[in-house]
Amino acid sequence: MGNTAKISCRGLWKVFGPDPRGFLRQHGHTPGPGDYAATKHVGAVQDVSFDVLEGEILVIMGLSGSGKSTLIRCLTRLIEPTEGQLEFENRDLLQLSKREHIDLRRKKLGMVFQHFGLLPHRTTLENVAFPLEIQGVPQEERNACARKYLTLVGLDGKEDFYPRELSGGQKQRVGIARSLTTDPEIWFLDEPFSALDPLIRRELQDEFLKLQQSLRKTIIFITHDFSEALRLADRIAIMRDGRIVQLDTPEMIVARPADSYVAKFGADAPKEDVLSAGAIADPNLPDVLPAQHVRASQKLSEIIPQMLTDGESRVVLNRDNLPAGVLTKERLLSAVFRGN
Amino acid sequence: MTTVDTNAARSSGGAGGNSLTYAIGLRCMRLALAAAAVIAAGYLMNNLFVWARDYPESWVMPISRYISAFFDWLGYKADFGLFTFRDLTRAVSQVLEWPLAFTEGLLVSGFGGVPLLPLPWVTVTLIFSLAGLLLGSWRLAAILLGCFTFLAVFGVWEPAMNTFSLVLVIVPFAALMGMAAGVVLAGAPRLERGLSPVLDVMQSTPHFAYLAPIVVLFGFGQVPALIATVIFAAPPMIRCTLVGLRSVSPELIECGRMAGCTKWQLLSKVRFPAAAATLLLGLNQVIMQTLAMVVIASLIGASGLGHDLLIALNSLKLGTALELGAAIVVLAVALDRLSLAASRYDPYKRGEQKRRRGILLFGVVLCAATVAAAPFADGLHLYPAAYTVTSAPFWDAVVIYVSDEWYDGLQAFKNFLLSYVLIPSRNALLWLPWPVVIALVAMTGYRIGGGKLAATVATLAAFPLITGFWVPTMITLYMIAMAVVVSILIGLPIGLLASRNERLSSFILLICDTLQTFPSFVYLIPVVMLFKVGDVAAITAVIAYATVPMIRYTNLGLRRVSAQTKEAAEAIGCTKRQLLWKVELPLALPEIMLGINQTIMMGLFMVAIAALVGTKDLGQQIARALSDGDTGRGLIAGLCIASLGITADRILRTWSRKRSEALGLTG
Ligand SMILES: Nc1ncnc2c1ncn2[C@@H]1O[C@H](COP(=O)(O)OP(=O)(O)O)[C@@H](O)[C@H]1O
Ligand SMILES: [Mg+2]
Repeated sequence: MGNTAKISCRGLWKVFGPDPRGFLRQHGHTPGPGDYAATKHVGAVQDVSFDVLEGEILVIMGLSGSGKSTLIRCLTRLIEPTEGQLEFENRDLLQLSKREHIDLRRKKLGMVFQHFGLLPHRTTLENVAFPLEIQGVPQEERNACARKYLTLVGLDGKEDFYPRELSGGQKQRVGIARSLTTDPEIWFLDEPFSALDPLIRRELQDEFLKLQQSLRKTIIFITHDFSEALRLADRIAIMRDGRIVQLDTPEMIVARPADSYVAKFGADAPKEDVLSAGAIADPNLPDVLPAQHVRASQKLSEIIPQMLTDGESRVVLNRDNLPAGVLTKERLLSAVFRGN
Repeated sequence: MTTVDTNAARSSGGAGGNSLTYAIGLRCMRLALAAAAVIAAGYLMNNLFVWARDYPESWVMPISRYISAFFDWLGYKADFGLFTFRDLTRAVSQVLEWPLAFTEGLLVSGFGGVPLLPLPWVTVTLIFSLAGLLLGSWRLAAILLGCFTFLAVFGVWEPAMNTFSLVLVIVPFAALMGMAAGVVLAGAPRLERGLSPVLDVMQSTPHFAYLAPIVVLFGFGQVPALIATVIFAAPPMIRCTLVGLRSVSPELIECGRMAGCTKWQLLSKVRFPAAAATLLLGLNQVIMQTLAMVVIASLIGASGLGHDLLIALNSLKLGTALELGAAIVVLAVALDRLSLAASRYDPYKRGEQKRRRGILLFGVVLCAATVAAAPFADGLHLYPAAYTVTSAPFWDAVVIYVSDEWYDGLQAFKNFLLSYVLIPSRNALLWLPWPVVIALVAMTGYRIGGGKLAATVATLAAFPLITGFWVPTMITLYMIAMAVVVSILIGLPIGLLASRNERLSSFILLICDTLQTFPSFVYLIPVVMLFKVGDVAAITAVIAYATVPMIRYTNLGLRRVSAQTKEAAEAIGCTKRQLLWKVELPLALPEIMLGINQTIMMGLFMVAIAALVGTKDLGQQIARALSDGDTGRGLIAGLCIASLGITADRILRTWSRKRSEALGLTG
């Protein structure tokens, strides 16, 4: 994962209502909930700033209505942001001409939709080839490419099926293949698995991770399911009422929630799978270090069995093999069972 | 409100158990009081103010005269420097003559030098049957085969093809125009909101009223008829395009945009294909409207079935008229079934492509063969006159029998209706001073929808007054009211029956479907056979035409009452009768009210056409305006009918919506 920002946005606003810009100006960019209600405006995205790093999976997580879809649509400019700066590879996205923007979407962006967004009058193959068709790629070539991606998502032999002949999971596979045919650099997924049964969802999550291992896209993934976020994310941005309340690694979101709202999500998380020794170790080193050690990056689930059998404390070693803290049995138990 | 509350309190405190009877009594009393108040107000006004009894001539805004003058100016004098308006209309006419000449040549007259045309009747029949097979089933193919054979066998092939050749030109024009307008409006919500009332007015102005202005601008003949029909038939397509494009899921559109579609690609590759079913439904409506209008447009010179029908009616050849009417019906049924099948056709079924290719190939070969063989076998080309049959003499005999044997009875019935029901109610309505009528309308609007609705309907009601069409409007109102009452009395029980029994229901709905495809004009024929001309005939025609929606909506409304509610009512011991009166009917009432609304709208269309059988209402004004070339009068009279329709529509719809909301039935 590189550290260059692929997309970066600063002070992004999207207000719905009769006069969004005037509304923002009037309230000096700090409108309260009462102001919105009084003037029939909705603050779907409020003063959001963040970077998406190259090659990472950034998951945007929040309850329904918290503004996730609006935010992702502002990034793709399916919705015009009310205010703010938006850069893509250091180019100002909001200044692009219509033509340049169409080009950007054709070549660099791909999107997967919650309800699949398949064209009902086209076969699976035609659906997947659709973005190439729009670009004027000759039929032979685009069909070959579409076949390749259909194979990649495991839909061999379904080329001539129409969407309504497919199951939900299969439909979303088509949606995924279609969003990849143009080999985009940034991949947007708006709750792609939310409409699926839990078992299928799990299956697709695994395949998604496998795909990403070979594709290495920059990904913005939306979900309202915290456990899905934990499974997939490199970093999680938690949204509430149009604002990002915390943006951090899954581990830190669980280990150090920014407020009680975030903590509530973390409360039910399988902590032993998320937290690592480094996150909960006591950084104050005692004079006498315990004899046994664990690595800071080790997940708690790996450590628990031994520590609970012998009851001994461990010294936590960082990447350079230096002691970074101590982990007592009590600390371990309280992290797993009572939150922090 | 407060008085009602105290009354209710008193009733529950005192008479306890009898509160329902009490409430009904109260309601009756209030109704009687209101009626008394209306009569008193009317009496007072009529005697105190002359202007209230008869709206003074000097207060009439001479809008109709301005319109006439404008159209005369436009038609005869308007000069834009380089060309006159007359040149423009001539140019339009000439352009339109081309496609018309083509279809006529193809189907009716042939082209001078080309040997194989017009298309043999066998070929046309084959094409339609195969289209039926392709888009529908063997059954549809058989129906279409039957329909077209009917036209040939009854010797009306030529006028039928004449009508069809007009339809063939008009439908693509109207559909494309409607679609284009729909696309533009779908992209401009503000414009759409502004134009929506215009579409409302256009769709509730009767066919008839479109003719006069067209005559002034374009004269009489095929092409003016064509133009009038295009204008009349386009609005439903606009509506359907709007609905269709709107109903495309936002996700699909986003998908198209993310793929990098240009506006045009988005329209042609995403939005139109996704809206195809609705658009095809719009096409079906366009076809049916076109057929209805083309028949009526024979009044301004469209040839074909309508033309022949008009002549037959005028010369009182009722048998022939009936046969021509039947031919129109047959053509309508054929086109309706075929276009409905097209809207349901699914080209993406497994194996469909192969089947389609087979049928097309088979069709092309067969058609080519019949066309090639036609010159050698007479019967193939034109259906041999010797083998045509006609039932006209039979029907003429029926008419004579009816007038011989039933004359006294029918006449007595007619006279009884006229002297004891129709004329008294008409006089009562005409007696009411106009301020009282408008106040009543406004009050109704206010009670149902508040101040805004009151203002709207009062304005609409005042329109006929200030344009000087009050009396004919009141006559139209009385005829519609009479007809609607009877329609309700007939439609409600039939709809009720249909809702109780599956097999009966499918049978009744089939008949309703078929009746609805009949062009309005056709209903006049049997009515004239029975009642000759006059108000009774007109009202009967309206009833025959407008009862269908009443049946449909009653059935639908009753069927929509949730089974759970009914079970609950049965569980607490409702009898069947109580269930119907206390549970089902109240819950179905909003839907039934929409049925009444539809009945009124259709009735108004029919009432205008019924002018052809001699009435004294707005329809007559339109008819006379047409023969006098008085554009303004015809147009305003048409708009008066529209204003009646829209007034009823706004009130009934608002009531129905509020009622369903109150009952928690929305959605
Ligand atoms: N076109 C719109 N007009 C007005 N309000 C909108 C519109 N789209 C979304 N909203 C509002 O913005 C808020 C955020 O919506 P959305 O981004 O769809 O949330 P999420 O995807 O997190 O469920 C919601 O309160 C929603 O009602
Ligand atoms: Mg969403």
